[in-house]
Amino acid sequence: MNKMIRQLLPFGTLTLIICILSALKPDIFLTSENILNVLSRSSVNGIIAVGMTLVIISAGIDLSVGSMLALVGMCAGGIMVMIPELAQNDSGGVFNSMLQWMVDNPTSILLTGSLAGILVGFLCGCLNGTLITKLKLPPFIVTLGTMSAFRGVSYVMNAGKPFDVPSYTFLGSGLVPLYKTLEKTVLTTAGKLEKEVLEVLTPWSSVDPQNLEEGARVVSHGIPVCIILFAVIVVIAGFVLKFTRLGRYTYAIGSNRQAAFHAGINVDKTLIAIYTLTGLVVAIGALIATSRTVSAQPTAGITLELDIIAAVVIGGASLSGGRGTITGTIIGTLLISFLRNGCTLLGISTNIQLIVIGAIIITAVALDQMARSKAQTTKS
Amino acid sequence: MTADSTSEQHNSSANGIALRMTGISKRFGPVQALRKVSFTVRAGTVHALVGENGAGKSTLMKILAGVHLPDTGTIEIQGKDCKFANPGQAIAGGVSMIYQELDLAEHLTVAENIFLGAEPKAKLPLFLNNKEMIRHGRQLTQQHNFDIKMTARVEELPTGDCQIVEILKALRRNASILVMDEPTSSLSETEAQRLFEVVRQLRRQGLTIIYISHRLEEIIDLADEVSVLRDGALVHSERIEQLDIPKIVHHMVGRELNDFFPQRLVTLGETSVKVENLSSQIGIDSVSFEIRRGEIVGVAGLVGAGRTETAQTIFGVAPKSSGRISIDGQEVQINSPADAIKQGVAFLTEDRKRTGLCLQLPCSWNITLPNLDNIGMKHKISPSRENRIAAEVAQKISIKWHGPQAPADTLSGGNQQKLLIARWLLAESKFLIFDEPTRGIDVGAKAEIYSLLNHLAQQGKAILFISSELPELFGVADRILVMRRGRLVGNLDTKKTSQELVMHLAAVEENYTNDD
Repeated sequence: MNKMIRQLLPFGTLTLIICILSALKPDIFLTSENILNVLSRSSVNGIIAVGMTLVIISAGIDLSVGSMLALVGMCAGGIMVMIPELAQNDSGGVFNSMLQWMVDNPTSILLTGSLAGILVGFLCGCLNGTLITKLKLPPFIVTLGTMSAFRGVSYVMNAGKPFDVPSYTFLGSGLVPLYKTLEKTVLTTAGKLEKEVLEVLTPWSSVDPQNLEEGARVVSHGIPVCIILFAVIVVIAGFVLKFTRLGRYTYAIGSNRQAAFHAGINVDKTLIAIYTLTGLVVAIGALIATSRTVSAQPTAGITLELDIIAAVVIGGASLSGGRGTITGTIIGTLLISFLRNGCTLLGISTNIQLIVIGAIIITAVALDQMARSKAQTTKS
Repeated sequence: MTADSTSEQHNSSANGIALRMTGISKRFGPVQALRKVSFTVRAGTVHALVGENGAGKSTLMKILAGVHLPDTGTIEIQGKDCKFANPGQAIAGGVSMIYQELDLAEHLTVAENIFLGAEPKAKLPLFLNNKEMIRHGRQLTQQHNFDIKMTARVEELPTGDCQIVEILKALRRNASILVMDEPTSSLSETEAQRLFEVVRQLRRQGLTIIYISHRLEEIIDLADEVSVLRDGALVHSERIEQLDIPKIVHHMVGRELNDFFPQRLVTLGETSVKVENLSSQIGIDSVSFEIRRGEIVGVAGLVGAGRTETAQTIFGVAPKSSGRISIDGQEVQINSPADAIKQGVAFLTEDRKRTGLCLQLPCSWNITLPNLDNIGMKHKISPSRENRIAAEVAQKISIKWHGPQAPADTLSGGNQQKLLIARWLLAESKFLIFDEPTRGIDVGAKAEIYSLLNHLAQQGKAILFISSELPELFGVADRILVMRRGRLVGNLDTKKTSQELVMHLAAVEENYTNDD
């Protein structure tokens, strides 16, 4: 019974926030536009929080995710910017003709940059895991160090300046269209500008612009790519945690590392896998973040790690390990996002938002702790 | 039982009574640690307190030192009634205890340790007066003829000197009774000799010393009087002149086996496990033995004799430095517990909370943890089938739980232990090592564990059974290996030996084998 309440607590809070906002601002909050907006904004945090959940369940911590996000973005962005530049100084040869081909097919440049970013994330995560296991250092120390180092490298890469990648929009603002509409803006009798839907089209229909009526345009409606990516990663991580040996071993190591070792689990290998997976999801998050601003910023993701940890902890994971779920983490992430959104809609300043979020973190963990110590006393 | 009324025995002695504990009882949960112990120590003597592991020596001394409160009984020091609610009060009452694991702040200097909590004040408030502290410390060492540098850091000192620092700490507190718990367990021979000199000198200066040790030779050498605890009761107390090692051992062990143990009806099979000259840095030296299918081999020895270390080395927890391990005639390479499990070795560790169970996780997870591969869940775990499999094994050995999904910490100690046995049953291990499997569980659960061991042996498994309780070794094992200081010093057929002999081998330097 207690366990149920404990698990329902964050979910209940989330529902409560949504209800309150719906009641206060039904016309703005409860629009598909606003909800999709909140979801796509939380996708970067959510995706990274999934990795952090694994890390925290294993009784570890990864402070480097914010810096890693910047580093992955800078590497990906850097390559996207460098390829056309390199192609210009015509030195001949196979390499150059390859670059020329890439410039002619710009999608390949974006793809190369993205893959390079993923590789960097993979290597960063692998580095964290290897340092933690092989040097037998606490994760807090290792990732505190790499947090600083990764940030440093991302500043060095372009002397502190961002790489602009104006054509890299697919992940950040791309949509998977469900339908399209033919719209026109009209002036109503009351003197207001209003959208008028002339025709609803199938997602694959295309309209020749020349056949369009004056002032009309085609608008796509659908689900942002980043939300779909977020959902896919959540499903995969949920499966890994619940149904695979890696997930099981993660819980076992976090609950009692010595016992896990004595049960024949390769603790080092498992931990390296966990930190590497985190590197991978950070890379995906970084590509989305870069694409959203169409620019790779060396300052991206400063203090991001704290938001992520907060989300995971609000979702019921224990920093001492062995406890936590993907569902909880998603609820934690959404709770913070909707809270921010709500505060903005209600005209509460960002400064106040910080205070509210701080209070929520402490309350969430305190309630959790109380429920747990009560469960303990009834047990014995 | 030959319990003496100790208080009467020494009332007429020449020395005054330094300490008189009367009718001390203490219960921890289901375990009666002490039963009406009456213990008297004459002033200015070295009084040895001996007994098997778990006999209650430490509990009795912790009550004296104010760590535990007794359930019943009184403590009198120099004729005055005392009640110690915490260690601070005991220290103020003149009792200082030196624990086996020394209680020193390693990074501080000798002087800082001696005066910890009672630093001399400087003229300015909040400042320390280091000079005064060192001067006072030197005075103390000169007074007692110690040679130790006040400004040395404790971490740089050899263990023998750390003992001296502990003694100085006690002297600085004006202790009249000094309790030493296994002071020589981590000392070299020369360091131990030096410590004995110090103890004798302290006695000459009028200090009363209660000396706990497993090493009976040093007790014969050092003590004026010996008290023996067994199963939480004081069974004997006598002057050393009237005692010798066999007599002490007899008092320590002196109980009889009952039908608490299962009938052994096993025909031994082929040699299953062969360990040859196994050595390891963690403290074992050329250990060799064989176990046949269906055989239960017990391992006796004092704490620190290398029994657990032997198990750890076989199981790949610690690397071996030399030696060979063969299972069913094939030499096996074991570098990690994972390797060991693949070779069919199982290890039930002595501390199920620290190295056995993941306490917050469900019971079924704990059972299947090393077995996911061999129950066909290498790639995908099926929770419902997993629960079913766990429940089946659990039922076989009648584990009482609140279902397979209940966290392991909701089970009683005995059932937690059975959870681990279920794990290795599921693994179908050929060779099982049990390290103190009955520690801290109640009598009923103990009997169940014994019959499980017997049952496993009947299925043709080889079993190594480490225990500090001789009666259970004699009740369960076919053969008993005795270890002392990392070496195997006895390999005895249980039927042809006695608890006295095993205790003697474990506590006294000598080699003996009656195995043919």
